[in-house]
Amino acid sequence: MTTTPVLEAIDETLETQGKPPVNVIYEWLTTVDHKKIGLMYIVYALIFLVVAGFEAILMRIQLAIPNNHFVSPQVFNQLFTMHGTTMVFFMGMPILFGMGNYLVPLMIGARDMAFPRLNAFSFWISAFAGILLYFSYFGASGLYAAGSAPDVGWFAYAPLTSKVFSPGHSTDYWTLAVFLSGVGSIGTALNIVTTIICMRCKGMKMSRMPLLPWLYLVMSGLVFVAVSPLTAAQVMLTLDRYLGAHFFDTQAGGSAILWMHFFWIFGHPEVYVLVLPAFAFANEVIPVFSRKAMFGYPAMVAASVAIGFISLSVWAHHMFTVGMGPAGNTFFVFATMVISVPTGIKIFNWLATIWGGKIIFAVPMMFMVGFLFQFLIAGLTGIMLSAAPFDWQLSASYFVVAHFHYVLVGAIVFSLFGAFYYWYPKVTGKMMSDTLGKWHFWLFLIGFHLTFDFMHVPGLLGMPRRIYTYEAGRGWDTLNFIVGVGAIFQAAGTLVLVYNMIHSYYKGKEAGHDPWDAWTLEWSVPSPPPSYNFAIEPTVNSRRPLWDLKHPEDPDSDYE
Amino acid sequence: MTTVTTASRIPIDGPIETPWKLPYRGNIGMACLILAESAIFIIFVVAYIYYIGKSLSGPTPAQVLELPIFGTICLLSSSFFVHHAVTSLRKENFRACTLHLAATVLLGTIFLITTAREWYHLIHDEGLTIKTNLFGSTYYSLVGLHATHVVVGLIMLSLTLAFSLAGKIKEEHSEKLEVLSLYWHFVDAVWVVVFLVVYVIGR
Repeated sequence: MTTTPVLEAIDETLETQGKPPVNVIYEWLTTVDHKKIGLMYIVYALIFLVVAGFEAILMRIQLAIPNNHFVSPQVFNQLFTMHGTTMVFFMGMPILFGMGNYLVPLMIGARDMAFPRLNAFSFWISAFAGILLYFSYFGASGLYAAGSAPDVGWFAYAPLTSKVFSPGHSTDYWTLAVFLSGVGSIGTALNIVTTIICMRCKGMKMSRMPLLPWLYLVMSGLVFVAVSPLTAAQVMLTLDRYLGAHFFDTQAGGSAILWMHFFWIFGHPEVYVLVLPAFAFANEVIPVFSRKAMFGYPAMVAASVAIGFISLSVWAHHMFTVGMGPAGNTFFVFATMVISVPTGIKIFNWLATIWGGKIIFAVPMMFMVGFLFQFLIAGLTGIMLSAAPFDWQLSASYFVVAHFHYVLVGAIVFSLFGAFYYWYPKVTGKMMSDTLGKWHFWLFLIGFHLTFDFMHVPGLLGMPRRIYTYEAGRGWDTLNFIVGVGAIFQAAGTLVLVYNMIHSYYKGKEAGHDPWDAWTLEWSVPSPPPSYNFAIEPTVNSRRPLWDLKHPEDPDSDYE
Repeated sequence: MTTVTTASRIPIDGPIETPWKLPYRGNIGMACLILAESAIFIIFVVAYIYYIGKSLSGPTPAQVLELPIFGTICLLSSSFFVHHAVTSLRKENFRACTLHLAATVLLGTIFLITTAREWYHLIHDEGLTIKTNLFGSTYYSLVGLHATHVVVGLIMLSLTLAFSLAGKIKEEHSEKLEVLSLYWHFVDAVWVVVFLVVYVIGR
């Protein structure tokens, strides 16, 4: 009796495989299943990862040697604008929302998200936003004037975005794309919060919930208070450009600084919107591969919530050089430094989890160790930059670029890759190739350190960001060449990943439902999980339900 | 078929807290939406306050704005009626529910008309548009954003009223009507802030 609904659900899934391709495509386009939507998010984000990565490679080729004329200054401006915008809005957020969409209901024992149709709407509007942004290449100056992508930087500082400095429609495409992506993000965040609060299975109190849903809860809360201001600011900018309003028009008394405030009220919490899911993946992978329960669960939760709150009061550390005065600067210096306390708690808890564990160095764990190490370094350069006098020296230099890429690539992307290797068997039912995984890890690790370790140095030597070329003989040449080589290594690593994902889908060995001997609910269902996930809604008694199932003689619930 | 391990085998021993009751998802979803919308309104309010008195040309708020007392009373009292629509639906008093809904829609519409008249006056008699100065830009965007929310609320309330008149609304829909009433209360609360900022402080 208990297995019948599962078997029915599996039959339902298998039925798809015999159907003509048109029907399968139709099913994907109209699906409201959280797993399919999650996968679509991930695939769509991976496409944009390759596109934006390609833009990065073009920029590094341009900067590899002095006095290079590989691309024009205009094209270079478009490249860094599109690279930044795409990576944040159309790669980072969608891929993390995709992972959340897939994992959160499975981990809390729910059969779907709280609002499945809103979920589909959020995905399609985000996807449309990405396509709209890239359509600007063709549409912004009329169909026949190709090559007119936005060129105002991903921060779109006023008055660069005014009609005078940005004629044509490229900036409008940017504004609308970011606005729509904001609508999609808020929709998904709303869905994730509601799912976590209202759809937990029996016995899963908040204090028993795995850390991944916890961090997605904090991250979604941040989306409400961080992405909404950006959406509002985009409306103001559109009013300025289309209806002649004066919000950011300095000629009519408007303020360019106000745009900076609005943008960074979004921009800084956004870093935590991106990094909290990365923490979440580490929280799931590190204990399993250390064969120990997570050390300091309550401290991890408290630290995450603290990060969520503190991150809202640090935005103006992006603006030390605009002249806020000593009081403003001092406040934001201290607020920024305070955030290292909860972050430090997290790092110590991960180390304490690994400490004395029976560590298994499978590919996911390798990526997580890379994540820990690089996140630590990123934090250290972050503390350097949070000191206002130091920031005055290095503002808008390549040191800053190196710092934030250390966070975004060194921490977030490494954790994300680890998560890919960890959950791929659950999603496809096949193991990913270990050899290819190690190739990917080492190529990417070497490439990462070649690129971003060396990028700090031209920054210290005074190389500004956003310049399209530079004179020879300033001591930047060799360093930039090394940085360029590193970028190629990273691209090669990513292509190995993509190849591995496709290859393993057809040729990988069967994974079974629990290949890593893990402890959370998603490993209790078949791989790939059937529609509606659970035959019978599960009931849990502890934070590690599958441990209890496998070790009835020593269940966790005795210790709680 | 092999036996599939499901988590349903997990309850081994130990009591489960009964009854296991979680909040209604509509309320939580609406709370999230209200949080996000509040952040949007805060940005517009901040812009309004930041630009008070910074316009380089006239007209100024003191010259053209009048306190919309009548509209405000209508909008705020509509909150009372929508609340009673929910409570009477819960008591299965469908007639009272319909009447209260109709009153809400009527009062909301009156408010919208007062805003429309005010805008007509400002544009045609005073020559104030979104282009004129910073006051125009911030005023029309903030009040317009609120009016947009009123319009959305009125559309949803009118649909509910139509269903109610057709006798399609039953007691089991009261949770959903409550979600809608939460939205309407939020729109009213925002008006209090807008009223204070635009018509009291701004003048």
